[in-house]
Amino acid sequence: MLKLTNVRKVFNQGTVNEKLALDGVNLTVEDGDFATIVGSNGAGKSTLFNCIGGSFLVDEGSIFLDNRDITFVPEYRRAVEIGRLFQDPMKGTAPHMTIEENLALAYLRADKKKSVFSRISKEERTLFRERLALLEMGLEDRMKQPVGLLSGGQRQALTLLMATLVPPKILLLDEHTAALDPATADKVIALTKRIVEENHLACLMITHNMHSALEMGNRTLMMDAGRIVLDIRGEERAGMTVDGLLEKFSAGAGKKLDNDRILFSKVEG
Amino acid sequence: MSSLLSLPVAISAFELGFIYALVALALFLSYSILNIADLSTDGCFTLGCAVGAQVAIMGHPVLALFVAMAAGVCSGYVMSFLQTKLGVESILAGIIVNTGLYTVNLAVMGFSSNLSLFKCETIYSLTKDWFGPDWYKLVVSAAIVVVVCMFLKWFLGTRLGLSIRATGDNEDMVRASSINPGFTITVGLCVSGAMTALSGCLIGQYQKSCDINLGTGMVTIALASLIIGETLVGKRTVTRRMIGAVLGSCIYRFVIAIALRLHMPTECLKLVSAVIVAIAIAAPYLKDRAVFQKRKLAAASAAKGGRKSC
Repeated sequence: MLKLTNVRKVFNQGTVNEKLALDGVNLTVEDGDFATIVGSNGAGKSTLFNCIGGSFLVDEGSIFLDNRDITFVPEYRRAVEIGRLFQDPMKGTAPHMTIEENLALAYLRADKKKSVFSRISKEERTLFRERLALLEMGLEDRMKQPVGLLSGGQRQALTLLMATLVPPKILLLDEHTAALDPATADKVIALTKRIVEENHLACLMITHNMHSALEMGNRTLMMDAGRIVLDIRGEERAGMTVDGLLEKFSAGAGKKLDNDRILFSKVEG
Repeated sequence: MSSLLSLPVAISAFELGFIYALVALALFLSYSILNIADLSTDGCFTLGCAVGAQVAIMGHPVLALFVAMAAGVCSGYVMSFLQTKLGVESILAGIIVNTGLYTVNLAVMGFSSNLSLFKCETIYSLTKDWFGPDWYKLVVSAAIVVVVCMFLKWFLGTRLGLSIRATGDNEDMVRASSINPGFTITVGLCVSGAMTALSGCLIGQYQKSCDINLGTGMVTIALASLIIGETLVGKRTVTRRMIGAVLGSCIYRFVIAIALRLHMPTECLKLVSAVIVAIAIAAPYLKDRAVFQKRKLAAASAAKGGRKSC
């Protein structure tokens, strides 16, 4: 269970560029919760993820993971329990290392007691092969190839596999399909659904697609100006349409939408 | 060519090539893999030479190698401490450490600018009887390089080695794999420092002397070796890249040997080094340009030919 209490983050404090990115956010994500997050650019969605993941420390408030205070735990330690994917497929993998070596690094999260001088074992290779086969991209036969040779979609699928190879307590997906072509994006979305369900992960997913915001997971959050302005689940969510969500947005934020991508999704949806 | 390169000249070029190859391998780790320009190399090289020389003078030439490596580890640690704990930019950290090492090196040498090892045993004098008078220096140097290469190959295949390689490739990904990049940078620079200092120690014992300015320009020379190797052997696998570094170092020494045979004054050697480095670094780029120009010319002449036929 992830719990944020009154989290506040200000950038460039005391300058003309001062920006209140998170304005006292309170959020509880239960085990097995899959929440989608929508909101216009600059609403604080990515900042929220950066605070949870530990890319920077919060100014005020606390973050708890399974009732353990992780507010001041460094990013690399949090990574044992928090998996992350970014919009940029290049961010999650080391391009000059092979698929196998990338997976081996991700697998380091599994057992901290393992000797740092041990090598990739046969059992691990078999495990990596099995998991890669599940992606249905033929990557299991290319394990000795550098990751730099893969396409964006393949790299993102691999990153998803790496982030969940050792199931984290919570998975943070920051528009992880936005840079992919529609067909590949659908594939990665399907993969995401399956992996999250199979491992029963808690998951937060930022998206600009209102359709998948309502369709995926069991909960939808909307952010604006550093606050969570809408939090729906259950029947209320089941009865929600894309139009309804947009109306709620205007009502909650008290202004008209200024984001083309969200408006477009109304047409698409 | 035979007048340019007699066998003894070739042998001594190889001897030096192998010894200096250790610095190229050190830069392979810090520069090619970790993506850190380690400018403390010059000072670290002299440090290894000075420490090794003092221990050899005390009568322990073999122990000298290990003490010198330990000194190199310390130098690498200070460098990484500045970078990871104090937030100093890597290039600045290198310059700072290099400057500081000058005094440290002088102190190690007892505040004299050179030391002589003529009266004491070295690892070379110890092995002289084993391999014959012409070859012993080459055999010992080559053996040490082979051992270091094997160690490096093994090391980079371990989990720690993989983490170090990933740190230079994508630091975010390393952090996401729950590894502290500060730790991997520290380990990498310490190992790299140990190799640089080992090379310095061997040169000291090889030349039977140690000079405070021995390391000046070492980073340029090692970089040249590394890039010559990468240009010739390619950089596809770790093994190839290591062989490239050693080969590049030997080639560099051959070029210098030929320059000396052509009665190049020794004062000009640094300029020769700089020119070699510039050529080696520019070569891959120029090769691409040449291919491009060729295609451009071919396309232009094809267009011309096409017009004529119309």
